[in-house]
Amino acid sequence: MFESLSERLERSFKILKGEGKISEINVAETLKDVRKALLDADVNFKIAKTFTDTVKEKAIGQNVLTSLKPNQLMVKIVHDELAQLMGGASVDINLKGSPTVILMSGLQGSGKTTFSGKLANLLKTKRSKNPLLVACDVYRPAAIEQLKVLGEQLGVPVYSDLESKNPVSIAEAAIKHAKLHGNDVVIVDTAGRLAVDEAMMNEIAAIKKAINPQEILFVVDSMTGQDAVNTAKEFNDRLDFDGVILTKLDGDTRGGAALSIRSVVNKPIKFVGTGEKMDALDVFYPERMADRILGMGDIVSLVERA
Amino acid sequence: SKTKESVFSKLTRAVAGKSKVDDEVLDNLEEVLITSDVGVETTLRIIERIEKRVAQDKYVNTSELNGILKQEIAGLLAENNSDTPIDFDAELPTTPYVIMVVGVNGVGKTTTIGKLAHQFTKAGKKVYLGAADTFRAAAVDQLVIWGERAGVPVIKQKMGADPASVAYDTIASAKANNADVVIIDTAGRLHNKINLMNELTKIKNVMQKVVPSAPNEVLLVLDGSTGQNAFEQAKQFTKATDVTALAITKLDGTAKGGVVIGISDQFKIPVKYIGLGEGMEHLQVFDKDRFVETLFE
Ligand SMILES: Nc1nc2c(ncn2[C@@H]2O[C@H](COP(=O)(O)OP(=O)(O)OP(=O)(O)O)[C@@H](O)[C@H]2O)c(=O)[nH]1
Ligand SMILES: Nc1nc2c(ncn2[C@@H]2O[C@H](COP(=O)(O)OP(=O)(O)OP(=O)(O)O)[C@@H](O)[C@H]2O)c(=O)[nH]1
Ligand SMILES: [Mg+2]
Ligand SMILES: [Mg+2]
Repeated sequence: MFESLSERLERSFKILKGEGKISEINVAETLKDVRKALLDADVNFKIAKTFTDTVKEKAIGQNVLTSLKPNQLMVKIVHDELAQLMGGASVDINLKGSPTVILMSGLQGSGKTTFSGKLANLLKTKRSKNPLLVACDVYRPAAIEQLKVLGEQLGVPVYSDLESKNPVSIAEAAIKHAKLHGNDVVIVDTAGRLAVDEAMMNEIAAIKKAINPQEILFVVDSMTGQDAVNTAKEFNDRLDFDGVILTKLDGDTRGGAALSIRSVVNKPIKFVGTGEKMDALDVFYPERMADRILGMGDIVSLVERA
Repeated sequence: SKTKESVFSKLTRAVAGKSKVDDEVLDNLEEVLITSDVGVETTLRIIERIEKRVAQDKYVNTSELNGILKQEIAGLLAENNSDTPIDFDAELPTTPYVIMVVGVNGVGKTTTIGKLAHQFTKAGKKVYLGAADTFRAAAVDQLVIWGERAGVPVIKQKMGADPASVAYDTIASAKANNADVVIIDTAGRLHNKINLMNELTKIKNVMQKVVPSAPNEVLLVLDGSTGQNAFEQAKQFTKATDVTALAITKLDGTAKGGVVIGISDQFKIPVKYIGLGEGMEHLQVFDKDRFVETLFE
């Protein structure tokens, strides 16, 4: 359905070609295409606009270096700006505290339970930790069972209380349990919730208050559209989370939500999920994400041909 | 939500007292549509249609523009196929009526099946569920709990069993017991994984060995907060399973699910159900006009 980004830019680059200096006129068409590419990638409407405004400001009046054609310069400006917005070097998970307490949060089905398992696996196998998984989703059918199955697969203990319907007290009891049993990291899985669900948002705020986590992670589906900004902002306002986990990047989504979330809450993306298996986890690379959002693979090759 | 309201009031203000659709109106319209995940391409199509209609009808006031707008957007949503029942009470064209449910990971397939089982049961129909997600941790347990809630039998095998074989068993059992409706759950899968998509085609083909017309319906579940990637999901799942209807979930949140407008238009697949919560009752039969209305709320 969509004209590919490279086709669009090829067209607009023709306009830039041969001009020695980037001007208001020759940049307009390119920016329109960049904006459309961002919107097609699900970057938020307002953020796409701000982004292209910034790029325009940076581009106009720049003299084209002898080594670069105007179109190459534009690509460089767009790419650098995007990569910078996505954040610098990757930020590791904070493992201070004894035990370290890590709290998951996010919408329904975003991948919290799966990521809890992946993180436990990573900490156990790569960082010589002795993690405890905690089942605080008392709502979703078989949510506790799901975490137990993952724990069993990984050889990681799972704390749960089938009698209790109170996630706050389950989380508190789990930390006591961890101290008694020598678990140095406690990973608390929670139920999915909508940001507009007051009762559920109060609940997770109460869990935070009770267990005072070192890390609160916001787990978000990389296929999310325009709503990503609203949700991320609401969760951040309530929880002041420490980092973002971007899941399901093994799909073919451009993942513009990542840029939107970054811009709105200014928190680092710490890990990305790249599959359903317990080892399908990767650290986050801002440059790669920038390339992915803009389909930069195409653009770079386009510039090389130009 | 508040943001959407202010966008709409801006739109209304921009239109007020004007005799033609000027750039300001179109900019505001663009914002409403894009922020509802309608996508650039479909948004441009809608704007083109509006411009044409306005030139033709010589619209004068805001309320007329709003009316035209809603009509044009609703016009892009495909009509329900006449041979599939629209309502839970409606008579089924054939029994057992087999519904295969597909979609990417975590969109709400299993939950939607639980809700459908409840609705069909309430309407006096005998329902069987098939736990053909034998992959995801505790997927079978999850469906079994939904089966208990709705009071319907769930046919299952061990985790890791062949999903096509579970589907076969379920339909055979449903047929032997004169069930009216069979709903088959499948594991979530991303549409770019060729092996997993081929597996779906296989499950679908195996069903026909018991009921030649099965599946009578292939329901693709889309998460209402998904952005433009939903297009590719619709395309690839249709390729693998000939999707006949869409369900959009999680519309109780702030996301608008606007991407289905373009999907429904391009693939001519009607939206049949919407999910509005995690409870058994939180399912509605899709209503075009109401859906379009909420884009501007
Ligand atoms: N392909 C792929 N699937 C994933 C990834 N992460 C999670 N999933 C799948 O997404 C679905 C939902 O994952 P869960 O971990 O159950 O999500 P959740 O956030 O715990 O869901 P709720 O507890 O219902 O809110 C499952 O089918 C997972 O296997 C990923 O990185 N890639
Ligand atoms: N708020 C809300 N949550 C929903 C809705 N439909 C499903 N959910 C939730 O979304 C999460 C995922 O739902 P599932 O039914 O497990 O999704 P699935 O597609 O079967 O997931 P996989 O089998 O892992 O691919 C669960 O927490 C559900 O309770 C809905 O309409 N609204
Ligand atoms: Mg979970
Ligand atoms: Mg499921």
